[in-house]
Amino acid sequence: MSKLLENPNPKIYPKLEEKLGTDEKSENVARNPDVYDARSIFELLRNITDPEHPLTLEQLNVVEQSLIEVNNENNEINVQFTPTIPHCSMATLIGLSIRTQLLRTIPAKFKVSVTITPGTHVAETAVNKQLADKERVAAALENKYLLTVIEQCLESTVAEDSDPEKDDDCQTCES
Amino acid sequence: MGVLDLKQSLVGHKGRVWNVCWHPSGEWLASCGGDKAIRIWTHDKSKWVIKTILTEGHTRTIREVSWSPCGNYIASASFDATVAIWDQKTVQFECNTTLEGHENEVKSVSWSISGQLLATCSRDKSVWVWETHDEEYECAAVINAHTQDVKKVRWHPTKDILASASYDDTVKIFKEDTASSDWLCVSTLESHTSTVWSLSFDSTGDRLVTCSDDKTLKIWQQYEPGNDRGIATPDDEPVWKCVCTLSGFHSRTIYDVDWCKKTGLIVSACGDDIIRIFQEDSDSDKHQPTFNLVCSMDNAHTQDVNCTQWNPAITGVIASASDDGTIKIWQYTD
Repeated sequence: MSKLLENPNPKIYPKLEEKLGTDEKSENVARNPDVYDARSIFELLRNITDPEHPLTLEQLNVVEQSLIEVNNENNEINVQFTPTIPHCSMATLIGLSIRTQLLRTIPAKFKVSVTITPGTHVAETAVNKQLADKERVAAALENKYLLTVIEQCLESTVAEDSDPEKDDDCQTCES
Repeated sequence: MGVLDLKQSLVGHKGRVWNVCWHPSGEWLASCGGDKAIRIWTHDKSKWVIKTILTEGHTRTIREVSWSPCGNYIASASFDATVAIWDQKTVQFECNTTLEGHENEVKSVSWSISGQLLATCSRDKSVWVWETHDEEYECAAVINAHTQDVKKVRWHPTKDILASASYDDTVKIFKEDTASSDWLCVSTLESHTSTVWSLSFDSTGDRLVTCSDDKTLKIWQQYEPGNDRGIATPDDEPVWKCVCTLSGFHSRTIYDVDWCKKTGLIVSACGDDIIRIFQEDSDSDKHQPTFNLVCSMDNAHTQDVNCTQWNPAITGVIASASDDGTIKIWQYTD
């Protein structure tokens, strides 16, 4: 990674609690841990740290609840993320962090797709193709250097995740 | 419609199973996956049981395993950038040769029908051809024809002709130039709109089926120079034309396809957890063939199906491998 920041002064957005005033948990999730909605997926992703800034993906508006789609009947989860700048070289890494977080926290039956919000990145098609290729994702996650970087991005999400069931899932997929 | 009956679920791998390969006799099955182990299963009366587990050959995921045509060797392709050759000289299988040279993950490995040539391909975009003599392996060619990650290599069923499928959306055909003994790309098959994950020749080797991230299967027909259809063959080399596209059947990426050499049935492995079987119409024109979906096994696995393969000796038997960690043995009946 270069020492010069690509985007030295990113726009910072308010956190969800600040917008809503409360930290209400989604009702669906409270009832049944296997049923997800956009809110509960957002909860899993919002605290991922940006690889470049000590800020969360929520604060940088990289992930937004409105760009998450969940279809519990078809077991499909689609997450769109928005790089902070259109030539961001970190786009694949951010996508990989989102993918890894979902791999570790969501039951394996779900088909997860992580794509760039249309029109927000110059290499959108190439990044999307790479993130959709599970073989390349699997190989990337066996790369120790890359994994260390991803773990750093995900550290804050583990600390804040107090749901014991999700911790179990996490262990299953790592063992 | 045909019926696919589940005969057995084979459990043992930890995590994702990437690939299965039948022994030429149809009596053994090799499997591999993210746990870096190869498992060999055997037929004991009516049940499949584990025969042996091969470990310590690779330091990363084993992506594919392949039995040699004589059935005495297994080649394994790994993300650790090597290919291991295992043999059964003693009671146990042993890894006596490791092929090195690829820059990164090896994705696929395949033996030619004679057993004297081995092909490997990698994320480094290259396809390597190895010659074997008395258990010595020598690199005969490094082919840099693809522009991206190469996903699969497969030899022609009777000739020393090689096909490869890539992330660059194409399939390429290679053969040795007899004059220069160089391996050359003689044909590029363009039509898929995303990654081509796998391919399989039919029993004659004149046709290919390919599967892709674009959710289609395609059937390709080879036209030799001087063919009676008047198809131009510019370089005096056979031309491959896409003669049929099976679209609308698969809802996600198709990871594998196998064309049964005994029955002509095509089986596909899909990211929507479904195994599908296609049969050619009896009055199908080979220049414009039609295929029907004769079986669709919903929830064949609980996660993506990564691999399916017809048993080469026992009619209608299929093995499949999945991200759900299981291997399943199926019997197909019309």
